[in-house]
Amino acid sequence: MKPPPFQYHRPQSVADALRCLADHENARVLAGGQSLMPMLNLRIAYPDHLVDLGSIADLAYIREDGDEIAIGAMTAQRTIEFSGLVARRLPLMAEAILSVGHRQTRNRGTIGGSLCHLDPSAELALMATVYGATIVIAGPGGDRRLAMHEFAAGYMSPAIETGEIVTEVRFEPWAPGHGWGFTEIARRRGDFAIVAAAALVELEGDGRIRRAALALGGVAPVPLRVAAAEEALAGRIADDALLARATAACADVEPLEDAHVAPWYRRRLAPRLAQRVLADACRRARETRA
Amino acid sequence: MNPRTRAITVKVNGVAHTRDVEHRMTLADFLRHELGLTGTHVGCEHGVCGACTVLVDGLSMRGCLTLAVQADGREVSTVESLAADGALNALQQAFHARHGLQCGFCTPGILMTLTEFLRDHPRPTEAEVREVLSGHLCRCTGYQNLVAAALDAAAVIRGEANA
Repeated sequence: MKPPPFQYHRPQSVADALRCLADHENARVLAGGQSLMPMLNLRIAYPDHLVDLGSIADLAYIREDGDEIAIGAMTAQRTIEFSGLVARRLPLMAEAILSVGHRQTRNRGTIGGSLCHLDPSAELALMATVYGATIVIAGPGGDRRLAMHEFAAGYMSPAIETGEIVTEVRFEPWAPGHGWGFTEIARRRGDFAIVAAAALVELEGDGRIRRAALALGGVAPVPLRVAAAEEALAGRIADDALLARATAACADVEPLEDAHVAPWYRRRLAPRLAQRVLADACRRARETRA
Repeated sequence: MNPRTRAITVKVNGVAHTRDVEHRMTLADFLRHELGLTGTHVGCEHGVCGACTVLVDGLSMRGCLTLAVQADGREVSTVESLAADGALNALQQAFHARHGLQCGFCTPGILMTLTEFLRDHPRPTEAEVREVLSGHLCRCTGYQNLVAAALDAAAVIRGEANA
């Protein structure tokens, strides 16, 4: 179908965009349009005003900022895919970004747009979750920051108020030599994941796990950090038996049911994929130490 | 002035066009209905099938997920740009030779994706071709011949094979 009628706005700065949102009732922010445009075409969304951030050049960047990598909200997924800085400091994200839609949608889709859409199986939301990213939000009263677990308030419901705009996502890279793993099961390449899993691991000199992060997408209303598994791994030597024990809790989820996939299938996938990405992360961490 | 229309100028296949368009008009509909460039096909209208894929400033994107007003001041390339003076280019010839299309509905989008892809990756592997074609749905030919045509075209463009 075609989008319902709306008025289109193209502010040139964040301040202009905030004013535009304040001045208009029932306004939606348009980022790359790879989720909102389908919702308009399918008549799921009926905004009276669309505020397109596409002309705000200073919202598109990837840079080192202190100990963090700061990514502007309007940075195209394509830019992340081809970023040397991301490949070097956030290798897990460099791998996962290849599963975000397709070349043709990554050329236009943005990191900020994906996080605000907050599909429970979206890879970028999973990345923000496993890295424990910080989301920077601009509003009429100034900037505020939310940790990803606060930002992901509920099913496709980010904790942004009317009139606010996500401007930046901040990732803390893990130490050089850390390991990572990412995998997902989807019906076709580029489709939304049925279940996606991502892990980060740092090893001690003697091979014990210094710290681990494990996150799952597609098994809950929002991407999930599996703290029980992370704690079970800390300080231990990873072998198959330990990984199996630590990830058993991943089956203890209550996935949403959709037209294609029953909850039991997601419950069955979750621990297996979790074990796989942790094993990959441990292997990579061991290889860089060797 | 109608608040729901806006004057835009878009360079399409090298020619600048100025039109007053509805804000909600998609780029794909702009090309077809305003400019009469019906080579760009509209399939699913929610970004899944890829039939409407065009290049905007050299990058492939969905014509149904881009608004015409967002193309203001940009350069758009459509399937009509490929056959200079009516002669099929190397990619189109490879599709012909390899039977890379049957009904042809999905073909314009696939050709534009491969135009970008072969420009940026002149020596693709078969896996890379399959990966980039995953952004398109074809319901009659299947994908084997698309992959073969893309690999043939890459060799011709590199000057390593004759069309």
